[in-house]
Amino acid sequence: MKPLALAPMFASVVRRDLTLALRRRSDALTTFFFFVIVVSLFPLGISPEPSILRVIAPGVVWVAALLASMLALLRLFAPDFDDGTLEQLALGPQPLVLLVTAKVLAHWLVTGLPLVLIAPLLGLQFQLPASALGSMTLSLLLGTPCLSLIGAIGAALTLGVRGAGALLALLVLPLYIPVLIFGAAAVSASTEGMPAGGHLSVLGALLLLAIVFGPVASAAAVRIALG
Amino acid sequence: MALNWWKYAAPQTFYPLSGRLAPWFLALAAALAAAGLYIGLFVAPTDFQQGESYRIIFVHVPAAWMSMFMYVVMASWCAVGLALGTRLSFMMALALAPTGAMFTFIALWSGSLWGKPTWGTWWVWDARLTSELILLFLYIGFMALHAAIDDVRRADRAAALLALVGVVNVPIIYFSVKWWNTLHQGASVSLTRAPSMAATMLVGMLIMALAAWMYAIAASLYRVRSIILEREAHADWVRQMPEASV
Amino acid sequence: MLDAASLECVRGQRRLFHRLSFNLPPGHVLWVLGPNGSGKTSLIRMLCGLLRPDAGEVRWKGEQVRASSDSFHADLLYLGHAPAVKGDLTSLENVRFGLAQTGLGADAHEAEAALSEFGLAGRERLLARFLSAGQQRRVGLSRLALGRSKPLWILDEPFTALDSQAVELVQSHLTRHVMGGGTVVLASHHDIGFVGTPVQRLQLGA
Repeated sequence: MKPLALAPMFASVVRRDLTLALRRRSDALTTFFFFVIVVSLFPLGISPEPSILRVIAPGVVWVAALLASMLALLRLFAPDFDDGTLEQLALGPQPLVLLVTAKVLAHWLVTGLPLVLIAPLLGLQFQLPASALGSMTLSLLLGTPCLSLIGAIGAALTLGVRGAGALLALLVLPLYIPVLIFGAAAVSASTEGMPAGGHLSVLGALLLLAIVFGPVASAAAVRIALG
Repeated sequence: MALNWWKYAAPQTFYPLSGRLAPWFLALAAALAAAGLYIGLFVAPTDFQQGESYRIIFVHVPAAWMSMFMYVVMASWCAVGLALGTRLSFMMALALAPTGAMFTFIALWSGSLWGKPTWGTWWVWDARLTSELILLFLYIGFMALHAAIDDVRRADRAAALLALVGVVNVPIIYFSVKWWNTLHQGASVSLTRAPSMAATMLVGMLIMALAAWMYAIAASLYRVRSIILEREAHADWVRQMPEASV
Repeated sequence: MLDAASLECVRGQRRLFHRLSFNLPPGHVLWVLGPNGSGKTSLIRMLCGLLRPDAGEVRWKGEQVRASSDSFHADLLYLGHAPAVKGDLTSLENVRFGLAQTGLGADAHEAEAALSEFGLAGRERLLARFLSAGQQRRVGLSRLALGRSKPLWILDEPFTALDSQAVELVQSHLTRHVMGGGTVVLASHHDIGFVGTPVQRLQLGA
């Protein structure tokens, strides 16, 4: 038996969470289908006319992504909190910030990445031009990790709390707004034939901020929840 | 003469101090509000663009300023509490929240009242009003999180962390919303572009802002007193008070 | 090596204990007893650094046990109330991942040996949710067989839901650890049955 270095520890947590997600596929699939269904509701509720669809598509896909991400967050820390494994993570010799980052990464791979991959298809349903599809994919690729990183803070703060779902929405959705604004704007810009580079750069900057500060805040929130 | 401020960090010593100070702040608030409203309603000239309805800014703008200021103060107390572990800091933050939320609500409501006669609609998605709405959510989130956690100490710390995350995000949210607003500049003029300020108008707004500030301090002091009583109910000094009746 | 000074615990409006102090040198056991609700778990969590004491401090090797003290955590093996076993992982995976998170990498053989020692031979590749409650606890406890390198063991009610054979097994591991110079803190209703090792008793609650 040998003591583990940081990188293998990080990989071990990612592997563990991915294994768990694979064994309990319903969680990931629920998020995925929720996303698809919510997006499909909007044409039904508004109008199937192509010109209108093209206008609402960026916002619709992005809001659905926000909601799906938020639902999925409920399973980020709560199972580990309930069965005592989160305590073990907090008591390990490796920094909790690192382990939280590993958990968020695994979580995004399972709940965020599928949204990125299916979004172009949904974009086609909304009559988006090809250039906009590219922006949509890219914006979600940059934005959904942001959502996971920011949302993790809320997920940790609401551990073990009654009505965590609704409370999580209240806490986290306002913080999602900048990502929503720039993500949707990127797609809208492309739809109108304008460059989306600026918006995507801002998204990239937000992602960087989220990577640097998100896990720190989440780890602090986990410790508060455990104590 | 050096004052030992630290001794007021204990709820037991802060309680009587706040009891003596609060009425003064309330009186100041009333006096300033009277002066400010007098200026706002009678002294300040009629705006040549908006007529008399613009006078709502004497309530709207100070309320908006206070809502933002109070969030920062609340977050500062949260930071102090997390860093130093002083219980009173958390109580102070908790006491500030409802008043801050109230000012946010007043800002939104007065903004809406301003919009109707001026632009014909009850709500405009301009940058300032939208940001105020989001700020309201942040206040409510803080109070809801605190209320949802049973263990008071954990609730204090969790809500404090949330407030810090919020205060860091507020500039980001504000600039995002402002940028979003310029993008969709179909809706005419911003609701918050106040009429070109006559000096009296500015003075009126500042006095009202001061009045709001004094009121906020008074309300928070009263509120923190009842929080102290609630939390320290088991302590001897509380049980001996006339207020603690059972 | 593990020292507590004037610890205080307030839960709700009740003060569970105050001015609680002890010194625990290596090779000693601290046995925490008390009725339900007397603060045993709170004390255990304070000693681990999970819970902040309302007053007082805990020190390990002279340094304060703060929530993010990496060196303290490197020395600690903690088994809490919950077995810390994931139902969707096999016993083997539970042991290996569990150890990895305490900073130790165990290969399959070592993990299988530990599981077999705790009576789970043949169940290594079974998903933990198909095990009984007692078996799941034993999966969690099998970390004791592999945690010898950690000087400080803190356990909260380790004997819950165990049959007499498993109880003896745990007792022998604990005794061996203490004889080897390790330090053990445990909260237990059960008579810990240590023979020949110095045991400090800490009685909580009135």
